[in-house]
Amino acid sequence: MLKLENVSKNFGGLPALSDVSFEVPQGLVTALIGPNGAGKSTLINCTTGVLQPSKGTVSFQQKKITALPAHQVARLGIARTFQNLKLFPRLTVLDNVLTGLTCEGGSSMLMAMLRLPYLRHRERQLKLRAMEALDRFSLSDKADWPAGILAYGDKKRVELARATVSQPDLLLLDEPVAGLNAEETAEVGEQLRLLRSAGHTMLLVEHDMDLVMEIADQVVVLDSGKCIATGTPEEVRRNPLVLEAYLGRMEATA
Amino acid sequence: MFQDFLQFSFSGLTSGAIYALIALGFCVVNNTMGIVNFVQVDFVSLGGMLMFSALFALGLPMVPGLLLAVAGVGLVAMIVERFGLRPARSDNHLVLIFLTVGLSIILRGIIKLVWGKNRMALPPLTPDEPINILGATVLPQALWILLLTVVAIALLMWFFYRTPLGLSMRAVASNTTAAAVVGIPAGRIRLTSYAIAGALGGLAGVLVTPITTLNYDVGVLLGLKGFAAAILGGFGSFPGAILGGVGLGLLESLSAGYLSSAYKDVVAFAVLLLVLFVRPKGLLGK
Repeated sequence: MLKLENVSKNFGGLPALSDVSFEVPQGLVTALIGPNGAGKSTLINCTTGVLQPSKGTVSFQQKKITALPAHQVARLGIARTFQNLKLFPRLTVLDNVLTGLTCEGGSSMLMAMLRLPYLRHRERQLKLRAMEALDRFSLSDKADWPAGILAYGDKKRVELARATVSQPDLLLLDEPVAGLNAEETAEVGEQLRLLRSAGHTMLLVEHDMDLVMEIADQVVVLDSGKCIATGTPEEVRRNPLVLEAYLGRMEATA
Repeated sequence: MFQDFLQFSFSGLTSGAIYALIALGFCVVNNTMGIVNFVQVDFVSLGGMLMFSALFALGLPMVPGLLLAVAGVGLVAMIVERFGLRPARSDNHLVLIFLTVGLSIILRGIIKLVWGKNRMALPPLTPDEPINILGATVLPQALWILLLTVVAIALLMWFFYRTPLGLSMRAVASNTTAAAVVGIPAGRIRLTSYAIAGALGGLAGVLVTPITTLNYDVGVLLGLKGFAAAILGGFGSFPGAILGGVGLGLLESLSAGYLSSAYKDVVAFAVLLLVLFVRPKGLLGK
């Protein structure tokens, strides 16, 4: 579904990604793991048009999307969250989630001005869907709060609600449970399982190995900007390169 | 005494409403693009000019003339953004701000070419029979200014808080990157913000030029006052723009009435400076 071929990204001569190639198959959950600074977020940014890769191609459903600006990538049905939260702090929680439905609402100026009855009906439906998404992440009681004043865990879930409300074809999640407490992690994990069983395609960047091993069908391992292994969680767990670069180090410190 | 005060307050409110409209135009563009749009001042002159042509060249009645003039300035503003700013393909604020300075000079030149350098007179919306309110004499045009400013502000709020496009615009103002990844096209938002800024400036021009006079650079001083009003209120804040506009208008007219009309600008700008010394972000700035 999503295919990366030889994607490289340099920041002022420093390579953040070099020749990364892998595929995210439709309907499966692909986890992207690797030590800090391995280039995971850069890879997500290069995929969604937030950054442009220095070379290589990214294609989505056989269509090349490498040079597309972020808003056009979003319109193809790719939604994402950010590791360091990108919410609309001054908008209410409900409005934040409603923006996740931008691609579906008729946002043409003329249409908005005319405000035809059927549009009003559509708007009501969009609002209902946004409220349902808030419900799933138990945020309904905070729908009218400005997103900026929420606690970190709540903000994280608002962003997830915004990314999932449109039922995107591909969901890119950059560390969805980082910084959450055990209870919140369990709740988000449950939502991810639900999305997975509903057949959503996901690319998940995550440090929580229990979650990764449980939910992922395929694991891609990055180290220093290079893809060092790809396989099922079991294969990756046994791969000596990965053990050395990542899991080994983690086990040593654990 | 009270009658004087009422008289001064009323004229302050009237010019304050005009400053507020212009200040709102500055804020809309600032919020979505992060720049000061100096073309705003010429939108004001252009509004008056288009109204003049709608009435005398096309022979339209007042209401269609007003609508046409406001829509016309909105359209010109969109052209300014689409063909004046966007080809720069720059996100550098300094580059864009300087472009608006240049575009402002170009637009003023075009207005001068088309309508000439003479002073012209625009008739008020309704015949000029002064009305007596509690002893203060008020021109009907002043009442129109207040009424239509309130209507424009209400429409603006409705647009921003009740329509999907308004939501998109608030989203861009709040976080550009997040807006892009949910699929909001930045180009359309910029275009819309220019259209709104143009319509607001144009309305200010249509409403105020029957009281001042109309010529090709009438918007420059008014625009400067609107800019000051936006800063006074906190640049980018809508309630701030309204408060700043009305505040500046009242300061001017009260100081003109009680001190001397020669010092009205001095007093107004001295207070502006004082406020900014104490609160650098303006009255309602974040």
